[in-house]
Amino acid sequence: MLEIRNLHVAIEDGTKKILNGLNLTIRDGEVAAIMGPNGSGKSTLSYVIAGKDDYEVLDGEILLDGENLLEMEPDARAAAGVFLAFQYPLEIPGVATMTFLKAALNAQRKGRGENELTTPDFMKRVKVGAEKLGIPQDMLKRGLNVGFSGGEKKRMEILQMALLEPSIGILDETDSGLDIDALKIVSEGVNALRSAKRSFLVITHYQRLLNYIVPDTVHVMSKGQIVRTGGKELAFELEANGYADYVTNAAA
Amino acid sequence: MVAVKETVEQVKQLDVDQYKYGFSTELEVEKAPKGLSEDIVRFISMKKGEPSWMLDWRLDAFRRWKTMDEPQWARVHYPKIDFNDSYYYAAPKKNAAPKTLDDVDPAILETYKKLGIPLREQELLAGVQTSKIAVDAVFDSVSVVTTFKEELKKAGVIFCSISEAIKDHPDLVKKYLGSVVPVTDNYYATLNCAVFTDGSFVYIPEGTRCPMELSTYFRINEKNTGQFERTLIIAEKGSYVSYLEGCTAPQRDENQLHAAVVELVALDDAEIKYSTVQNWYPGDADGKGGIYNFVTKRGDCRGANSKISWTQVETGSAITWKYPSCILRGDNSRGEFYSIAVSNGYQQVDSGTKMIHLGKNTSSRIISKGISAGHSQNTYRGQVSAHRKATNARNFTNCDSLLIGETCGAHTVPYLESKNASAVFEHEATTSKISEDQLFYCRQRGLSAEEATALIVNGFVKDVLQQLPMEFAVEAQKLISISLEGSVG
Amino acid sequence: MSNIAPLKTEAEQALIAQGSGIAPDRKAAFERFLESGLPHRRVEAYHYTDLRALLKNAPPPAKAGGKVSVTSPLADIDADIITIVDGHYEASLSSTPPKGVTVKMVTTLADDGSAQKSVLSSDPVIALNAAFSDSALDIAIDAKTELVKPLIIRLVTTAAHASYPRVRITVGDHAKAFIVESHEGGVAGSLIDSVLEVRMGDHVVFDHLRLNVVDHAATVLTSFGGAMGKESLCRSHNFIVGGALSRHQIFFRFEGEQSKAEISSASLLNKKQHADSTLVVDHAVPECQSREFFAHVLDDESTGVFQGKIIVRPGAQQTDGKMMSRAIVLEDGATMNNKPELEIFADDVACGHGATVGALDEDLLFYLRARGLPKTEAEALMLQAFVGEALESIEHDGIRDVLEALAEQWLKARSA
Repeated sequence: MLEIRNLHVAIEDGTKKILNGLNLTIRDGEVAAIMGPNGSGKSTLSYVIAGKDDYEVLDGEILLDGENLLEMEPDARAAAGVFLAFQYPLEIPGVATMTFLKAALNAQRKGRGENELTTPDFMKRVKVGAEKLGIPQDMLKRGLNVGFSGGEKKRMEILQMALLEPSIGILDETDSGLDIDALKIVSEGVNALRSAKRSFLVITHYQRLLNYIVPDTVHVMSKGQIVRTGGKELAFELEANGYADYVTNAAA
Repeated sequence: MVAVKETVEQVKQLDVDQYKYGFSTELEVEKAPKGLSEDIVRFISMKKGEPSWMLDWRLDAFRRWKTMDEPQWARVHYPKIDFNDSYYYAAPKKNAAPKTLDDVDPAILETYKKLGIPLREQELLAGVQTSKIAVDAVFDSVSVVTTFKEELKKAGVIFCSISEAIKDHPDLVKKYLGSVVPVTDNYYATLNCAVFTDGSFVYIPEGTRCPMELSTYFRINEKNTGQFERTLIIAEKGSYVSYLEGCTAPQRDENQLHAAVVELVALDDAEIKYSTVQNWYPGDADGKGGIYNFVTKRGDCRGANSKISWTQVETGSAITWKYPSCILRGDNSRGEFYSIAVSNGYQQVDSGTKMIHLGKNTSSRIISKGISAGHSQNTYRGQVSAHRKATNARNFTNCDSLLIGETCGAHTVPYLESKNASAVFEHEATTSKISEDQLFYCRQRGLSAEEATALIVNGFVKDVLQQLPMEFAVEAQKLISISLEGSVG
Repeated sequence: MSNIAPLKTEAEQALIAQGSGIAPDRKAAFERFLESGLPHRRVEAYHYTDLRALLKNAPPPAKAGGKVSVTSPLADIDADIITIVDGHYEASLSSTPPKGVTVKMVTTLADDGSAQKSVLSSDPVIALNAAFSDSALDIAIDAKTELVKPLIIRLVTTAAHASYPRVRITVGDHAKAFIVESHEGGVAGSLIDSVLEVRMGDHVVFDHLRLNVVDHAATVLTSFGGAMGKESLCRSHNFIVGGALSRHQIFFRFEGEQSKAEISSASLLNKKQHADSTLVVDHAVPECQSREFFAHVLDDESTGVFQGKIIVRPGAQQTDGKMMSRAIVLEDGATMNNKPELEIFADDVACGHGATVGALDEDLLFYLRARGLPKTEAEALMLQAFVGEALESIEHDGIRDVLEALAEQWLKARSA
């Protein structure tokens, strides 16, 4: 279970506040969607959960299964089960995708006190995962994300999530830059990972993605707060009416 | 944005204190008196039992050296070297001409064992190494043992110390020694001609592919002793050899001088691949001690269609001054230079290459990756030139620098000189740092900051690592991580 | 270094003799020059332009300006003109300065070395200028002045003597100006060693063109020093076809954040011409951007030199510097020497350089010839395009047209 309580965050020089007392709870197995206008702080929330340096947490706490994430380094959070699928996955030239996957998987296993995977075992897992997502083998030999298309990068993120088996997967605008076929593949990949223990936080601007990854709860974010919470039908309402209400409401 | 703050901190703390080869070996040694003079040159020649022509050659070099000035153009700074404050000859006493490995002082064998250098052929065969490597072990001023000599002899390959070659193969030595790096080439090379003590000699006969990798492992052990090694490799027509060189030295407070000369000759259709992992003691975290490494390495593609390829991984030495070069004399000959230079602490590196295009249709390729951290200064200096008659000469150069932290420097000084209308040179250089975003991405996947840095750096140098023989590449990769981080790997 | 004093060349001996009665206020500069003598190939910055070997003689400085007989290629441009003949300001050939611009002759030029400290490097050619220039022309452009017309400074050499002109320009905040430095005239044995120093305030837009159309037998040594405040833009263009021996130096320093410099150059050389372009761009403060583009076309037995250095000082984070040098060698025996350097002391930077040396693209040449163009015309067409790249950033249409016409003329002469 992920619990965010009264979270206040500013960017590092401390002057500009982005999150203003945000509260959010995601139960085990729950798929929560966060929607909101541009600049409402959605991506910031995902970075703060994952532990990016550029933000200053002024107040509040983030607990994953009772553990305080804010006291942990980004890699420790990853080992604890936080996975962030980036909106813009980074390219790492010269580091073969396969090498990277193995390094990440074994680092996390080590962090949890588990044994490293044997190479054949690892290869098998990657092969199975890659096939499901339509990732060709030769892509795994290339430098991580180097020269990959937008869709390929997103599929690679989902493959990593499948291999790393997090307890919470955060999808930051995973639908951006995807055509409908790629969106389907990626969504199927995510749905296959849904389980009673694993929760998801799906961040999106559009309702479209939620047709494929159907959420249990939908939260509307504005000016760094959750301003409304409802079921999946809330997404349709937003799609129909836009965010105008929330922008003016919050400003008022 | 603060530059990779954590990484910088880690690098600062760990840096050069991680040097694993800093131990020294207690031995009874025979030394020349301290200082440099004609008498010392004579002493060295006498100790080596050299013929008079060799002594004359040395004395001639010594007299010329006295008229020369130390070069000033490199971006390295150090107090003036007192050449009279060193020993120019130090040899383990018990090592008077060992016939077999059993004659070698056990303390020396133990040293090499600690360094991970296999000297016993049977151990080597039984070990994890996938291919055979013949080793010439040079300890201070002398070669202590050369392995696999007999097996190589069957293939017609001569692999021995240069001292033996002077005695046993004088015609070859006379013909080739100083033919690539002339006696008066530069200050340090000329000094080397006068006082070189040992090194390796390789001769690959016509049409022969050397049946195993050859390697020399240099170890400076004695205090205040300079090492002046001399290596000569001749690849006859249509032959091939891959040669590896490694080196380490104990951790000492004073600076020690290492001034080597390596000459390669490739005749028609021959190929020489020369790889170096340079890991001399770099000095401590405050820049105290460390080896001054002034090295002249040059290959002559003397024959048509010949090829010489230099690959170097430079992680050690307080000062590195080194430009492995190729003279592309034969038509269609090819030169390559692949380099990784890592500097940390107060290390200063000024290294690169020269590709001198003389023949027709000659080509060269330069890939240089420099990584600076700590307070180090890392300079790539390279020259590419096409002679007037070098029709269709081609060069491609890529040099990239990576900076870790804001107290280091990375510099690029290329010289491109063309006198031929059909020559085409392309040069590109970039300087960058490891991006915060890349690091965060890796850490989000569970890698620690130092693992992430090592991973990204290894990606950065991959093009060069691929050029190394397998076993060496793995070693080099580890070494780079250690140089930068200490605890990784 | 060896203690043996090198033999003085004829040129050095002449300079020493000329400096014997030098005014006390120039002594320091002269001594700076004496210390090093003429720079030679073992002096790194002069490795490819060995003045000790190349400068055969140093004629005495001209006492007064001679009669101007050359017409400037820029004669038809609507511009304000300042004329300096043989190092001497010529009021009769100069127009009244436009509003907001003050032009003043300073004859008591106290050389306290401040000029070197402020903008220019400790270069021996500049030291020589400081020692022998008997006056400086100070041009002040007031803040907020926007010059409509270019201000052309003609530097004309009329006889076989030396001149050491020095022009100092200050550009006030928010000002906008286009200054042309046009080197004209010259004869066999003439030598000009000029220094143009520009101090730019904040929010300035400053264009500079250096034109070298001097006689093919003359020697031209010219230095441009620029220092710039914050949020400004400086474009320096260089067009070089003249001189037997020439060196064009640029020392440019960013002193205020978020400024931008664009430096471009085209050199067209033939016969035995030797032309050197040496450039130092000093990023002393953070967040500035520089772009350098140098093009050389080398025919016959000419020699082109490009030395470009980007320095990023400690703390000059977020520097963005890119430098490109392209050279086309048309004949075996023509020489191109390239030395693009990076000197980086800050980690959060994006810097790079590229250099190419080669012939014209064979495929493209063939394509044009297959369309019926004779070889020399096809080459001329490609070279025109090649040179054009270095000229396209010149905003003044009239001046750009003149330079393109000069390039065309050069190419025509080649095919004739």
